[in-house]
Amino acid sequence: MLDNLPLDQLSRILAALALVILAALISRWQRLDLEKDILTAAVRAFVQLIAIGYALTLIFEIDSALAILSLLSVMTLIAGYTSGKRGLGVPHSGRVALLSIGFGAALTLGLLVGLGVFEFTAQQIIPIAGMVIGNSMNVCSLVMGRVRDEVNGRAGEIEAALALGATGRKAAHPYLRKALHAGMTPIVDSTKTVGLIQLPGAMTGMILAGASPLEAVQLQIIVMYMLIGAAAFTGLATVWLTHRQFFTPNQQLVIPLA
Amino acid sequence: MDPDDKPNPRFQVRKLTLARAGRPVLHDVNMEVAAGEIVCLLGPSGSGKSSLLRCLNRLTEPPPDTVFLDGRDITTIEVIALRRRLGMVFQKAALFPGTVAGNIAYGPGLDGRVLSPAEITGLLALADLPADYSPRPVAELSGGQAQRVAIARALANEPSSLLLDEPTSALDPGSRRHVRETVEKLRRELGLTVIWVTHYIEELLDMADRIYLLQDGRIVDEGPPGHLLGPNSRHKTAEFTAGQLE
Repeated sequence: MLDNLPLDQLSRILAALALVILAALISRWQRLDLEKDILTAAVRAFVQLIAIGYALTLIFEIDSALAILSLLSVMTLIAGYTSGKRGLGVPHSGRVALLSIGFGAALTLGLLVGLGVFEFTAQQIIPIAGMVIGNSMNVCSLVMGRVRDEVNGRAGEIEAALALGATGRKAAHPYLRKALHAGMTPIVDSTKTVGLIQLPGAMTGMILAGASPLEAVQLQIIVMYMLIGAAAFTGLATVWLTHRQFFTPNQQLVIPLA
Repeated sequence: MDPDDKPNPRFQVRKLTLARAGRPVLHDVNMEVAAGEIVCLLGPSGSGKSSLLRCLNRLTEPPPDTVFLDGRDITTIEVIALRRRLGMVFQKAALFPGTVAGNIAYGPGLDGRVLSPAEITGLLALADLPADYSPRPVAELSGGQAQRVAIARALANEPSSLLLDEPTSALDPGSRRHVRETVEKLRRELGLTVIWVTHYIEELLDMADRIYLLQDGRIVDEGPPGHLLGPNSRHKTAEFTAGQLE
């Protein structure tokens, strides 16, 4: 496998590894006890990225719709599982996460292809999907956790609203809005300040690969718009699905026992 | 009217048994509350008083054929319509962020009904609060004031009955008396039926037409306060209020 790696890439990787080793040495010197985690993370990153690089090379060569959709499904399942695990205290959090992320990603990617922003090829869709699904996973985790915390913290007010004749959705509405706001704020703030503090990843990668800055920023703009849309779609789906887990069909609040 | 055609009691509870998370909460509870009565539910912590109250407006779902409102099984009444007929006030006022007027207008607003300033003033008056409370932020209110706003909020839906779950337990004695007087006035002026969960003996003596004592999810004593709490009474209610039943 290593024979297929261009030697100059390997020497650059090994050179960059010096930074990791330095970080581990600093940890050792300052007794931070992080050196094992740092070195483990570096090894895992190397193995995982090389593996995904080979997998993507294979998929790009096959370039069939089935292969693309299969990989996207696997990515969505992993994202749903990861986000679901973070949703402790939300009943059926795994299902909520999978459906929310799946909905947000499918709608975003579908619109991007349908509007002609990207072509449905492995080379274009898979990297884009990685960003969309990863972003959706973070939004879902944030929103799900916030809905859970708001419902738990405001249970008295929610039940007071139920007792006055509100539905569960109406009773929880002010707090669901807060949760959605919390989920979207990071990407909105990041979009507002993009390029002012640091150059984001997509355009950095393109510039390093030899693209002109103007070419790179156009792609980056598309990426930022795409991520805002994905955050909104996923956030809305998460809010809707999560709040339903806390109410019975008879509009009773159910807080899971710890 | 045929003397045998007695009107249905406002509330009737028949053989209500309830468990939560596998743990028994209420056992074979039977209770009747006539229209216009004030009934107090008494008992130690965990005895099932709040659980019983919450069954009456289906905040906790009772089994079918166990709880009746004006003769009708409440599980056959659409839950939103049921709750609008019954006002509820909780131990903590649980006011919504915003103003007093916003809180009072919430219930009718669910139906699309907008209360006029005069209607809000009228509801404040029923709860013994002056009209100038209307624009005040709820965060500025004392505990007693907040509870009376909660009462006004519950009254805005024009309920036939009020369910009060230890509404005065977080209040000082002066505020407790104010709330008591307000509820007694509402019963007199509006003919409200009131079910009040309490552990304060002065509330039993001042207000209750009848008392139900709960222990471990069962009704263990019931009757008028004069009968249960009279001198030399050996009723369990007397023992409980004397601190002997724990």
